Amino acid sequence: MPLPSFLERLFGRPEASKDTAKNRLRIVLMHDRAAIPAAVLEQMRSELLTVLSKYVEIDQQALEINLERSEGTVALLANVPILRVRTDVASEGPDNPEKAEPALA
Amino acid sequence: MSNGRVIVITSGKGGVGKTTTTANLGMALAAMGEKIALIDADIGLRNLDLILGLENRIVYDIVDVVEGRCKLRQALIKDKRMPNLVLLPAAQTRDKSAVNPDQMRQLIADLQEDGYVYILIDCPAGIEQGFRNATAGATEAIIVTNPEVSAVRDADRIVGLLEAEDLRNPRLVVNRLRPHLVKNETMMSVEDVQEILSIPLLGIVPDDEAIINSTNRGEPVILQDGARAGQAYRNIARRIKGEEVPLMDLEEGGFFSRLRRLFAGAR
Repeated sequence: MPLPSFLERLFGRPEASKDTAKNRLRIVLMHDRAAIPAAVLEQMRSELLTVLSKYVEIDQQALEINLERSEGTVALLANVPILRVRTDVASEGPDNPEKAEPALA
Repeated sequence: MSNGRVIVITSGKGGVGKTTTTANLGMALAAMGEKIALIDADIGLRNLDLILGLENRIVYDIVDVVEGRCKLRQALIKDKRMPNLVLLPAAQTRDKSAVNPDQMRQLIADLQEDGYVYILIDCPAGIEQGFRNATAGATEAIIVTNPEVSAVRDADRIVGLLEAEDLRNPRLVVNRLRPHLVKNETMMSVEDVQEILSIPLLGIVPDDEAIINSTNRGEPVILQDGARAGQAYRNIARRIKGEEVPLMDLEEGGFFSRLRRLFAGAR
């Protein structure tokens, strides 16, 4: 057994370079395919924030919004850390639209 | 489809083998008896003539036709090796804006009128005007890529752009595959590439030194007996015509394939 492959067996095989290529491609294509300009994404983020803030208090610094593509569809993945639920609106629910309507902004 | 087939050969990235693919598929289809016209849409960077070995026979080019300096038939170069193949050469001294999509569509209609059943269009690299012109009159697309990150990324972009041009079912040719590198997991396999691009596979062309010789001489590799890339292109041409042709065995260095080739003779 040649030394390199002996060492590979001993320490575990490093990732094959073609797998590195494949993984890098997957990530870069995720961004390419979503093709939403950063400014639009930023606007979405701020409008989402406005809506969500009606119901919950959000940690705005830690908010993450990303587009990912898997199996032919693009998904919007948002990680929204909630600091506190606003009890005042939480009890009203969506079937009381005229009270929930006034925007905070 | 009643008027025949108009196929654009494209890639996004340059240097992946679009022109070589166009030349060889054209020759292979012609060898099967189809009446075929090749259009070099790479205006300003004319090369299909050189790959086909027809560079000394150009009198008029595509821009001369479009601008009315000659008739379409005067610009078509008949290939003496393949009597039913003609080339409409690109202009070398103009740029991509010299022909617009409507003019391209008209050229294609005129070629079809003259009985060319297959029209293959060699698309320029890039995604700008030249790409839009080349794809304008096409009804089918073949995307050529190499098993390599930048070529695959560009191919993916092209899939989206073709969709915008209403070319919805492109098929993939993976060119310059090096089987021994795939085997030792250095190069992405055809399955890897396909998994990422998820478009149907039309064929695989192994990296073949015979291509260098054939390019040097202006004799497409399908004219060489025994060249593996030539066999691959012949197979692709048959698939274009609708035949079911199994993918060839690419284990070039393998003992059994050497043995098989020894007994089968150079095929």
